[in-house]
This record gives sequence, structure tokens and C-alpha cells, in this order.
Amino acid sequence: MPSVVEHFPVLVVVVSLLSAITILIAGWINRKTAWYISLATLLGQFIASLFILHHVMTVGSIRYRLGGWAPPWGIEYVMDALNAYVLVVLLFLGLVCVIYSKRNIEHELPQKVVSFYTIYQLLITGLCGITVTGDIFNMYVFLEITSLSAYALIASRGKIALKASFTYLVLGSIGACFFLLGVGFLYAVTGSLNIQDLSLLLPPFYGNRVVLAAFVFFLVGLSIKMALFPLHTWLPDAHAFAPAEISAMLSGIIIEVSTYAFIRVAFSVFTLRFLRLLPIFDILSWLGAVAIIIGSVLAITQVNLKRMLAYSSVANMGYIVLALGLSTSARTLPWGGLNPALMHILNHALMKGCLFLVAGAFIYKADLWYIKDFVGLGRKMPYTCAAFVIAAISMIGVPPSVGFVSKLYIILASIEAKKFFFVAVLLLSSLLNLVYFWRVIETMYMKRGKEQDHSHASHGSHVQREEIPFGMLSPIWVLASLCIIMGILWLANVPTPILNQVNSMFGLDMKP
Amino acid sequence: MIEIPESLRPVVALGCPALGAIFILVFSKRPNLREGVTLLASLLQFSIVFSMVSTVLSGETIQSYLFPVIPGIHFGFRVDAFGLMFALTASFLWILVSIYSIGYMRALQEHAQTRYYFCFALAILGAVGVALSGNLVTFYIFYEILTVSTYPLVAHEQSSEALFAGRKYLAYLLTSGVFLLAAIVLTYSIAQTTDFNPKGILSLASSSRSALIFVFIFFILGFVKAAYMPFHSWLPTAMIAPTPVSALLHAVAVVKAGAFGIVRTVGYIYGIDLMRQLGLGGMLASFAGLTMIGASLFAIAQDNLKKRLAYSTISQLSYIIFGAALLSPMGITGAMIHIPFHAFMKITLFLCAGSILVASGKKNISEMAGIGRRMPITMFAFVVGSFGMSGLPPVSGFVSKWFLGLGTLEAGNLSFLFVLLLSSFMDAVYFFPIIHTAFFGRSGDTESRMHETNKIEEAPMSMVIPLSITAFFSVVFTFPNPATDLLLRLARMAVSQLGGG
Amino acid sequence: MEWFIAKIFAKYNYWISIILMMIGFYGIVAKDNLIKKIIGLNIFQTAIFLYFISLGAVKAGTAPIVDAEIIRKGYVYANPLPHVLILTAIVVSVATTAVALSLVIRMHQEYGTIEESEIIEKSRDKGMTWT
Repeated sequence: MPSVVEHFPVLVVVVSLLSAITILIAGWINRKTAWYISLATLLGQFIASLFILHHVMTVGSIRYRLGGWAPPWGIEYVMDALNAYVLVVLLFLGLVCVIYSKRNIEHELPQKVVSFYTIYQLLITGLCGITVTGDIFNMYVFLEITSLSAYALIASRGKIALKASFTYLVLGSIGACFFLLGVGFLYAVTGSLNIQDLSLLLPPFYGNRVVLAAFVFFLVGLSIKMALFPLHTWLPDAHAFAPAEISAMLSGIIIEVSTYAFIRVAFSVFTLRFLRLLPIFDILSWLGAVAIIIGSVLAITQVNLKRMLAYSSVANMGYIVLALGLSTSARTLPWGGLNPALMHILNHALMKGCLFLVAGAFIYKADLWYIKDFVGLGRKMPYTCAAFVIAAISMIGVPPSVGFVSKLYIILASIEAKKFFFVAVLLLSSLLNLVYFWRVIETMYMKRGKEQDHSHASHGSHVQREEIPFGMLSPIWVLASLCIIMGILWLANVPTPILNQVNSMFGLDMKP
Repeated sequence: MIEIPESLRPVVALGCPALGAIFILVFSKRPNLREGVTLLASLLQFSIVFSMVSTVLSGETIQSYLFPVIPGIHFGFRVDAFGLMFALTASFLWILVSIYSIGYMRALQEHAQTRYYFCFALAILGAVGVALSGNLVTFYIFYEILTVSTYPLVAHEQSSEALFAGRKYLAYLLTSGVFLLAAIVLTYSIAQTTDFNPKGILSLASSSRSALIFVFIFFILGFVKAAYMPFHSWLPTAMIAPTPVSALLHAVAVVKAGAFGIVRTVGYIYGIDLMRQLGLGGMLASFAGLTMIGASLFAIAQDNLKKRLAYSTISQLSYIIFGAALLSPMGITGAMIHIPFHAFMKITLFLCAGSILVASGKKNISEMAGIGRRMPITMFAFVVGSFGMSGLPPVSGFVSKWFLGLGTLEAGNLSFLFVLLLSSFMDAVYFFPIIHTAFFGRSGDTESRMHETNKIEEAPMSMVIPLSITAFFSVVFTFPNPATDLLLRLARMAVSQLGGG
Repeated sequence: MEWFIAKIFAKYNYWISIILMMIGFYGIVAKDNLIKKIIGLNIFQTAIFLYFISLGAVKAGTAPIVDAEIIRKGYVYANPLPHVLILTAIVVSVATTAVALSLVIRMHQEYGTIEESEIIEKSRDKGMTWT
């Protein structure tokens, strides 16, 4: 008898979609219900995703036929180790952000609470859809659902955010069109849209120009979505001016899920054999390396904390792409194959999620945007700032944080691939990270403001505490503590079975 | 007393400062409890570290590997004679400096005391972790904890000067940390392991000559904590920190972690034989020799007492590097025992400087005329420390220099012996004027001030007692007794494991 | 000439969609007016729809309505799948246009203009830069 878990992939998407409508209706009657419905939905989805992951790891992948139509014609949802893992990560961050958003949205968008949660659930629907689907056109639709909700959510704060959102919309739509064109090319060649079916039909056409063009369209389209340098120009403003939890989702999840889409297209639609034909992954790793340096350097020039974090996201996408580029050449466990890339997807979600939520807390409490205004915050908001420090040193890569593990594994992978230049890039980037994060930490804790200069140092301890409400602080601390806990778990190789399964699924056989 | 299984002892020893740090935060509003926690943690840690001595002396190493990080590397500890020496020194001095800190911080009514004790505990965690770690990766983790946790202590004053010092401190140490990481990763890619092994883990068979030299240069760049020239300038700048910090961290924990790392690299990663084959010993020794002389020259020019002590530290740290670079049994013994001996002597000097600051508010040597008459105990301890630095008997500095001298003879290089003697002479040149000023100097001020100068105005007892104890030990180590015996046996054991005889 | 016919005329549907795409792309990149940008985007999307639909076309094919008579008489019919896909894609494109237009309306309320350069000018002091 099939387990009930086999129905979860579709439930995760449908429940989320229905809850969006429910929120709209229920919120019409009573605005306060919106948050509770959203929270309950996400909690349910998160638990479901854990069940899915467990099922995938113990029983095997789940294939769910939508409406009972057989795969090449009907849409199929496929859960394997890769997307089960991504689903857990994305729902976890979604859950954390929704907990955080209660007070923040009441404060920032008091008039738009209901519509915020409606669109937020649509965003989650889109993200879940991208991950669970086994159909390439379906993926395009979900990609657009995600993006459309993201445009709306970014614009919700008005003013500059409108412009940022519009830029994102134009670029995002072009990216989506490229993706659609890629789908069209593949369809023209094979007449199929099912991912697994495509992977079986494509090999005879690997030399075909249309197939090559399709891959390039996928690559460029998704590079825009995942803000890979030099297609990152929409990202800084969109991430900087969105509400805090949306910034966290954008940086922590949305661009990562686009990366997931690329991994899926590259390894599942096309296969390892195709990737070996072209130097695509070499080019990707170089692009990643350039993104790391440029992103970090631009981050140093920023005066606005959230923009700085946004550029740091560009750099971190560089890490993921660099790791992805090395995935075909590094073969030794535990840093070979897709391990570092997938690992950094989770790690970046934790670190950047925490940092953006902290940045949101400063805005919530005192409307502080600029780093220079953070003087004395270390005393005023000790817990928030402490979380920032943990996430920041994690970004810098101080052991045993998650950032350290990511960097270590990418470095080991580059050494195995004999790309010593990347080792230098990664080590240099640690220092650049240090420069821009330490500036913030120093301002928060060490610098003295003008008014404090007059009083004595010893009176500093009497500063009024202005901590954010517990509902906002607890998500921040969950993420901050996970930055350390996950780092230790990675080092102890606890989650590696999942990643190993991904690698073996894509034919990246590993040497122990 | 509860028996802790042998293999868990390193973990428990590190747990003391870690838990201590947490409780310090918890009791941030209750100073007495907070400082009680600090003291308790330090006492516990020392007793646990001490309990490992008998096993190590019997020739065994205590190993506890917790979990694998990457193939061939476990996160874990391996306590051998050399590591234990450093751990004993750091944990013992933590007790004394904790007592001293309480007096110092309260007397000066310093701000942010919770942060101070918290970071201090973390720094000790880093230092003892460095001492006990079993491979380079574990070593690196604690080494970085040490760097980051000491930043708030350096920038404690939070003035723009202190912030600058803090930035400089991080810029030097974290940049060097990057080189260390690169070196570790390269070592791993050559040897497939990073476990410390008395025979060395690299060999000419595993990689080319030039690659090994290249990696060695990375290692040395990674240990900027040892403050060798020309990468020394962070240390005098960091002297803006509160004195107990300068005393324990910038005379013992931080800088010794660097020197310790170099000895580890020379002896346990490269191995004596490989170092000889590559001819790196002579190169490193010349490097260290230059620092020994150069730093002494700089020291003479300093008027700020703590800065002069800092340059003296730079010079003395290079004795350790120098001893290791001689690659002879006596030289390495000298390097190893110089770690605890110098720690005791230099901490005495720093604690004296702190006492002077607390009791009279004076930082510069030129202002200290006649201070020896007002603070006899402190200044007597200072004299003991100065004698030790210059290598004069009956202070323990003499013993380590004796070994180093024998080491140069064993290595058959008279020019190194000359460097050693010259440097010792210069140590005397910049320390004796301080003593002279303190005891026999006459301040240029009016007669009315002379009235007060002969009144005894010592610092609080909680400061004077620790510095007396360290001064006492500095002398005791010269003579045969259980404590000296213990350290010498540990050093000999470490050297015999290294295969030097 | 043979070559020309084989490459250009025989595949005119592709060429038209490419030309349309470039026109749309030009509109997105070069126009300062936000509404014109949206029109460019729409042209760009339509070009892709055209490409898809032309893929499904079959010479002398009828509409793909399954009927007993069609099957019995052996009529050829157009491939229905691209049509279905493009129906979905059109919905997506309409939604995108709607969001874009509403953004433009809000921007007009905030800044009183729909010229991109003027909006950037007006919001520069708030930390928006080109980098």
C-alpha cells in the first residue's frame, strides 16, 4: 500500500495556493487571521517537507501524476533527494520569515497586511512548485508565479522600492522568456516536456545546434534569475528596499531556488555527458570567481547596510556557482560533486536570512539604514547585534561556522580540480568579507557617538535597552544559532547522506 | 573527586572556559558572581590539565577524536608533552591573571567588564585548544577563535586610537590566518592528513622540494601571531589594551600560540629530517636572529613601558623560533622551556606595569623616577623579570638561554651563538635603565613632591600577590625542584619523541 | 538563391519571431518611458509565443478537435500542445503586464513622471546609485 507521504508533494503546493485565497477571504472579515493562517500553512508545509525528505531517503523517490495522466503527456511531480532537500530549506526559511513578519509587517505595512500574506503564500506556492515539479514547462510557470509575487512584495514599501521592483520585473521577465525559449527549443527537438523523458530523448541530439542554443538560453535566463554576475544589476536595489523578511527570502531562497532550477536543468534534463562535451562548467566557475571578487568589492563601497548585504549576496551566488562549476571535476568525498554547492545553498540561506532580518530589526526600531548611524547599537539592542555578529563572522568564515565549512570545502574542491587560482580568490574573499562586515560590527560595538563622548566611559552601561519584540528576536536567534550548529553538523558529516544520494543520482560517482 | 575518563579530559578542560564564558554572560549584572565564575573556571581547568601530566610523562599521548571532518581529519585532541607544557602554562597563568584582573578592572572602574571577562575566557579556550589540538584543522579552529575573541579586548578602550589598534590587529592576524588556512589545505592535499606526528607528515617523497618550501613559507606567514619582524607592528599597537590583557594574551596566549605553531610545524609537520634536507632551519634561524636583534633596538627607543615590554616580547618570541630552527635537541629543548619560562617572566613584568599604572597612573618610563621606593614589592618583582629577560642567573631566563646556547654549539654554528649573546646583552641595555630610574632616579620636580615619594603606595593586594607569585616562580624554575623537574621532563620527552635524542 | 530560399523563406516564421524579439528587446533597453518599456516587453513575449505556435502548425492541418469523423477521414491537425502551453504563457504575460502597469501607476503617483531617468534623478538622494 502506498504511503500517504506520496501525496505530499502536490499537497505542499496546493495547500499553499488555497491558503492564499483563504487569507484573502478570511482577512476581509478579520485582518488578524491572515498571519495565523499563513503561519499554520507554512508549519504544515514544513512538516510535510520533512516527511517527504524522510520518505525519499528511506523508501525512494516519489513520483506523483497530476490528475492521473501518464508522464510524458501529463504533468508529473517528482521528489528526489535534491529537491526534497531544497524544499526543506526553503520552507524552513519561509517559516522563520513569517514568524518574524508579524510585528514587522504590522509596523511597516499596516494597511496591507492581508494582501501581504496572500502574496507571500503565492510566493511560497511558486517556490515549492519550482522544486517539486518534474515538468520543464511547469517549472517556467512556477518560476513566473514566484517572480510575480516577488515583484509585488518588493514594491510593497512604495517609493524607491517601486523602481527597484520595476527593474527586477523587466529583467526577470526577459530571463523567464529566455527560459521559455529554451523550453521551446527542446520541445522542437524532442516533442516532450517531461524532465525525465527529455533526459532519455536528448542524448542523440547532443551535438545539435538547437540543443546547444537551448542550453545557453536556460543558462542565461536562469543566470538573470539567480543574479549571477554580470547579470546581477537588478539585485542590489530590489534586495535593499524590500521589507526585511522579503529581503531575507529573496537573498536566502529565491535566488537559490533559481540555482536549483539550473542544477535540475543541467543535470536532469541535460546530463553529465552533455556537460562534459562543453567547457560550460569551466566558464561558470570563472564567472563565479569574478562574482565573488566584484560582489565583495562593491559591498565594501556601500554605506547602506541592506545594499551591502545585497552585494554580499552577489558574492555568495558566486560561491555557489563556483562550487557548481567545480562539481564535475572534484570527485572526492565529502567536498566532491555537488556537495559544496548544495551545502552553501543552505548555509547562505541561514546566514543571509539572519543578517537581513537583523537589518530589518534596525529599521523597525529606529529607521536606521546607514552603517554610520549604528553607533552604540551594541548596547541598545544587545541580542540583535550579537546575532548579527554570529552571522557576520560566519560570513567571514571563522570556524566552526557554516561559512567556514562552505569555504573549506570549496577550497578543497578547487585544489582537487587543480585550480589554485580559485583558492586564492576564496581566501581573498574572506578578507574582503572581513573588511565590510567588521566595519559594521565596529560601529555597533566600539565607536562612540558624539553625545557619548562627553559623558564618561563608565556610564555607558546605563544606556536604555531598546530591544525588538520577542516575536522578531526569536527567528533571528534561531538562524544565528543554526549558523554555528549546522557548521558543526556539516563538519560531523551528519547531512551528507542526502548529498551523496544527489550525487549518485546524477552519475557523479564519488571516491570515498 | 570525580574521575574523568582519560580520553575526555582535553574536552572537559576546554569545556571549563567555554561554560565559564556562558555563565559570565548570565551573571553579567552581578559582578561578584561573574568574577567568581572566572576564578572557578580557571582553577578547574588547571586541575584538569594538570591531571593529564602523569599519563603524558609515562610516555603516552592522550587522544580523543570527536568526529571526522573530512577523510583523514578528525576534529579532536592529542595531548603530548609539548602541548601539555603550553596548556599548563596558559591555564596556570589564567588563574593568577584572573585574580589580578579583578583588582585592576575594579581599581580603574573600567567599562564593559562583562565583555572583558567573557572574551578573556574565550581567548583562553582558544589558547588551550591550540595547545591540545591533535591536527592542523583543529588547531586552526582554535587559533581563529583566539584571534577573534581578543579583538574586543584590544579595542577595549573604544577610543579612536584603540579602534585603530583593533583594526590593525585584525588586519594582521586574520590575513595571516588566511595564509595558514592555505598552508593547511595544501599540506592536506600533499599528505592526505594533518595529524601532528613527531616524525613529520611531509617528506620529499610526497612532493617536490620547491612545493614544500613554498608551503613552509605559507606556514610562517600564517603564524604572524609570533610577531617576528617585519610583521611585528601589531603587537606594540595592541598594547593599548588593558594591562592584564597585554600580560596574559600578548605575552603568553596569543603570541605563544604563534610561536607554538611554528615549533609544531617545524617538528611535527615537516619533521627535523625534512627541515634539514630542505635547509629551512638555517633560513628560519637567521630570520629569527634578525628579529632578536632588531626588536631589541626598537625597544631601546620606547618610552612607554608597555611598548618597551612589547618589543622585548617580540625579541624573546624569536628565541623560541630560533631554538626550533636550530634543529638540534638542545635548541629545541631550549625553545620549548622558553615558552613557560618566558611566560612567567614577561607576565611578571606586565603585571608590574599594570600595578604602576593603577597605583600612580604612570605609563612612561621617564615619569617613573623613584617609583621603586614607593612600590618596593612591585619593583622588586620587576627586577626579577628584567634579570630573567637578560638571561642572568638566578632567574629562569638563564636556563632557557643556556639550552639555546648549547643548541647553537650542537648545530655547530658560532655566529648563531654570537647573535644569542648579543641579543641578551641588548636585553640588559634596555631593561637596566628602567631599574636605575625606578630606584635611583630623581624626578626633576620640586622638593615638595619628594616628601611623598618615600611613602609606600602599593597597588591593591589582588594585584601584588599574583605578580609576586609569578616572580617567585621565575626564580624557582632555575633551581631543581618538582616544578622545574616536571617542565624539563616534559621538554626532554617531547624532544626524544621528535627523534633528536 | 536556392540557399536564400531554403534559409530565409522556408523558415520565415522563425525569422519573424526573431525580428519581433529584437524589436521588443530594443524597446526594453532603449526607451526611457516606462510604458514603452512594457510595450517592448510585450512584443518580446509575443515573439516567443509566435515561435511556439508556429512549431505546432501543420501544413493544411485543421484545428485539433478530436472527433470521430476527423479520425475516420484521416485529417491532419495541428499539434495542440504548443497552443495549450502558450495559453498558459499568455496568462503569465498578462499578469506580468498588469503588475508592471500597476507599478508604473504607483510610480507616477510618487514621482509625478514615468520617465526612468527622471525617477532615478529624484530618488538618487536616497541611496540609489548605479553600481
